[in-house]
Amino acid sequence: MQEIHWFKIMLDSFWPFLSAGLCFTVPLSLLSFVLGLGLGFLAALARLFGGPIASAIARFYVWIVRGTPLLVQLFLIFFGLPSIGIVLDAFPAALIGFSVNMGAYLSEILRAAISSIPKGQWEAAQSIGMNWSQTMRRTILPQAMRVATPPLGNSFISLVKDTSLAAAITVPELFQSAQRIAAVTYEPLILYTEAALIYLAFSSVLSALQNRLELRLERNLVTAEAPK
Amino acid sequence: MIKLSGIRKSFGNLEVLKGIDLTIREGTVTVLIGPSGGGKSTLLRCINLLELPQAGSCSVGDMSVSFAPNKHPRSDEILRLRRKTGMIFQAFNLFPHRTALRNITESLTVVLGWDESKAKKRGMELLDKVGLADKADAYPSTLSGGQQQRVAIARALAYSPEVLLCDEPTSALDPELAAEVSATLKAIAAEKVTMAIATHDFRFAASIAEKVVFLEQGVIVESGEPRELFLNPRNERTAAFVASSGISFANMLKI
Repeated sequence: MQEIHWFKIMLDSFWPFLSAGLCFTVPLSLLSFVLGLGLGFLAALARLFGGPIASAIARFYVWIVRGTPLLVQLFLIFFGLPSIGIVLDAFPAALIGFSVNMGAYLSEILRAAISSIPKGQWEAAQSIGMNWSQTMRRTILPQAMRVATPPLGNSFISLVKDTSLAAAITVPELFQSAQRIAAVTYEPLILYTEAALIYLAFSSVLSALQNRLELRLERNLVTAEAPK
Repeated sequence: MIKLSGIRKSFGNLEVLKGIDLTIREGTVTVLIGPSGGGKSTLLRCINLLELPQAGSCSVGDMSVSFAPNKHPRSDEILRLRRKTGMIFQAFNLFPHRTALRNITESLTVVLGWDESKAKKRGMELLDKVGLADKADAYPSTLSGGQQQRVAIARALAYSPEVLLCDEPTSALDPELAAEVSATLKAIAAEKVTMAIATHDFRFAASIAEKVVFLEQGVIVESGEPRELFLNPRNERTAAFVASSGISFANMLKI
């Protein structure tokens, strides 16, 4: 009998969970990652090429963000900023929090990936007359992305799971809907297991995409089966 | 014509080039020899401004750039000068993420804005010239060192530079592959492409050069035709360096 009861609870909660996931968890993760990538790229460029002032600003940003808990950052933005007149809705507050947080971590990944490209690649590009941005776009970044893809995939998957923290600042995402339904059904074991499985499904899709992207970026390195 | 005058370059306290004057006539091959650390590579890299000299001037064709310690040439000047020069590196430095053909057409499509089909046609001509037309779609990691260097030669020639700078083009290769690259460079020299080559390979130097320059500790010790420099060096340092190779130039240069 118990099993049928559990099955019914799972079935009833599945659509609310999935729609919370698709309406909040997925867009929050995607947007934060894209914005974080942009911020991280700027910070990485500032560190690598920006001169002392820009580099110091980027270093400071990474230091602050990496050195403080993400949950505290979210609380600061959503509950703290209204005290100085900045009132944000839950979703934009979470988006800002996650993007800024991601940016700091991604900047280190991108910085390492860009620095890993040998100096000879810069020189070869410059010797054929490319300017800085052409060199970056055509020669350095395509190679750096191959190096950066595995750690970027790591960060993205972490981010997807970390968006559950947005529940704490009232974003009605996947984990929050699990909390809500658990509070009325008194079935935390089954509901949190179900929520965990949906996170696992999202992460698995990302892992698979990462693998495909890696294969694509490494197509020039396959020597064993190369046709000619 | 390439004209360098009074080129000085220091890295920190180390003065690598101590006022170099050198003229390379159009359509001729000049070979730089000398001990490692003597300034050969740095001198080549000063011609396409991968290194910025602190004094002197450099002119390639109709363009001239002069240097001073705190004066940075304008970036459009640097780019214009680089488009008049092509460079071959010791480590090839091909773009690993692009096919052989794409390596060559990159300068044409990205820098000069040629359309894809015109660039591809030019790229195939050059691959054919270096004997690698069948490797157009191969990635560098699937090519031998000699093949990679030949693709690099084609890449440097793509936009018809006024001078080809070769920085120890065969040093990273075994004798067989080195011979293959030397042969390619000789074929190109035969087409009256102006070249400046830094090398430790005396046989190659003697067989390709119209002028040999012996560079040691940042100064030109001696320069002249291969025959006089290798057979009758005037300077004792040149004589010692040439003798250290153990090659009998007398037999070699008679031909």
